[in-house]
Amino acid sequence: MFQVDVDYLKKAKKRREYAPTVISILLGFAGIVSFLPLIYLVVTAFKPAEELFLYPPRFYVSNPTLKNFTDLVSITSNTMVPFTRYLFNTVLITVLYIFAMIVVGTMACYPLSKHKFPGAKGLFKLVTNALLIISGAAAIPSYIIVTGLHLDNTYLVYIIPGLANCTCMFLLKQFLDQVPDSIFEAGKIDGASEWQLYTKIALPLLRNAQATCVILTFPGIWNDSSASTTYIYEEQLRTFAFFMSTLQGGLARQGANAAASLIMTVPSIIVFIVSQSSVMDTMAHSGIK
Amino acid sequence: MSKKEKKLKNEPSVVVDSDNQELATGKKKKDYTKSYFRFKLHEMGQFKMSYALIAPFFICFITFTLLPLIASAALSFFYFNALSLPRFIFWDNYLYLFVEDSLFLKAFSNTLYYAIIVGPVSYIASYFFAWFINQVPKRLKPLYTLAFYAPSLTGGVALSVVWLVVFANDSQGYINSALLNAGLITEPIQFLQNVNWIMPVIIIVSLWSSLGTGFLSFVAGFTNVDKELYDAAMVDGITSRFQRLIYIDIPQTMPQLLFSAVLTITGSFTVGGISQALVGHPSPEDAGLTIMLHLGDYAGQRFEVGYASAIAVVLSALVLGIGRLAFRLLSDKG
Repeated sequence: MFQVDVDYLKKAKKRREYAPTVISILLGFAGIVSFLPLIYLVVTAFKPAEELFLYPPRFYVSNPTLKNFTDLVSITSNTMVPFTRYLFNTVLITVLYIFAMIVVGTMACYPLSKHKFPGAKGLFKLVTNALLIISGAAAIPSYIIVTGLHLDNTYLVYIIPGLANCTCMFLLKQFLDQVPDSIFEAGKIDGASEWQLYTKIALPLLRNAQATCVILTFPGIWNDSSASTTYIYEEQLRTFAFFMSTLQGGLARQGANAAASLIMTVPSIIVFIVSQSSVMDTMAHSGIK
Repeated sequence: MSKKEKKLKNEPSVVVDSDNQELATGKKKKDYTKSYFRFKLHEMGQFKMSYALIAPFFICFITFTLLPLIASAALSFFYFNALSLPRFIFWDNYLYLFVEDSLFLKAFSNTLYYAIIVGPVSYIASYFFAWFINQVPKRLKPLYTLAFYAPSLTGGVALSVVWLVVFANDSQGYINSALLNAGLITEPIQFLQNVNWIMPVIIIVSLWSSLGTGFLSFVAGFTNVDKELYDAAMVDGITSRFQRLIYIDIPQTMPQLLFSAVLTITGSFTVGGISQALVGHPSPEDAGLTIMLHLGDYAGQRFEVGYASAIAVVLSALVLGIGRLAFRLLSDKG
């Protein structure tokens, strides 16, 4: 009886040997298909004008050129604001927003996870349900509130309205839930104040979760053009994404468009590659229990 | 929540009363509610630090998320054009929305069509691609994850420059050119003009970029499944991958399934930007019109705020309803 079982297990072990290879190869093909449009974007950004309008269309580029990028600069040379100003705004806003959002989110997640204060459960339930809220559904009341607080036409309008990011706070809290309470209790016994518990224990432990928040919010803020359109009246305060959205239209500028799209998308991918391992670590705890 | 907030606000005055009463009369525990509040306030006093830490988040949350939503719900019963004072008209906005506004019905059916296909397909695809990625050798995992996640990272909208060429209406489009060469068609298909093709094209592009945060959470969730469970199951005779999927992987990733479902639902009902980027807005015969775009028209262009709010309420109710259903199905706590 026992002998049969062992054979069975051996067979099962053997059968598992080749399956990962097959899956890897099939998945590799799917991955290439999934990645192909991005490669095409890179190729298009370096295509000279005569190759953009070939018939039949050709995927690869034979004479790569930087002309599309220089075009992009020259398009803005006759507008009031140079191309670099938009880029500077976007970088500044992205860095400030992500930093502030993570500070606010981290501050909130610590008590919600580790203190049993009255209302903690209710507030967290509210945040969980808020994942279902459609941002943008209440555009006009938001507009009235934001202009009422005189945030419009300043850099602050990019940062403050989005500070309470429920998805990130949710992830941070779920991540901190996995940390045993005993660590904090030990700290308390050693005489640490609440503030020390937060800064010396909770914050270092949350580093991976914070990296996840960076990657989850980065594309959104980097690609956002709506705040510029809605709240900003001065051209020099607008973002690169806004500038991109004014470029859209017509295949005539296809090359310059592709170059601009490339500038838009590459940073997100780089941020993801850099932070991937910490992201995975956090997302493992992402579930709603 | 609202109940709790009210409680928080009301507590101080009540407690002061009960305090004085107790001091004066020496009677205790007569009024259970008051002593409850007193106890609660004392408890809250001990958590000053906690409240201070959550304050910035919840102040921002209430000001910029909750308050606009409540205001929007209230405004949906008014006629308001952002210039004159709101006029109460009860459910006229909703009546007009469902009875007379044929464009809304068009937007509604387009959104539903989109959500019914993209929602489940992207959800299931996310799960299975993550599941397959979990089977490949560990070294390759990050590469595969990147290949599938990158499209959503860039967003379909930013890549519309690529898709516009792929689906271009003339023979220069990649698909048209391929089909012409293969002799399957004699003249190019107007992918971005033909009313019958607009939604399918939007759906295809969306599906390509739909392996997003939910997908990541699945990939991570699978790595978290205890490997000893597989060995235990093998002893019990479960050897095929699919049996393992059903008896181990799915139950073990239940929390991620819910998290991802929530994100998929909100994502698929708020479609709009991608349609605008691909077929423009207004699109030919409004074939690409969605609820979000319709809402944007009334809020941003016509300034019919009351009516736009009614649209927002309907959309929010739809998402919230389906979201709660997901909570009930996938979570034991609801």
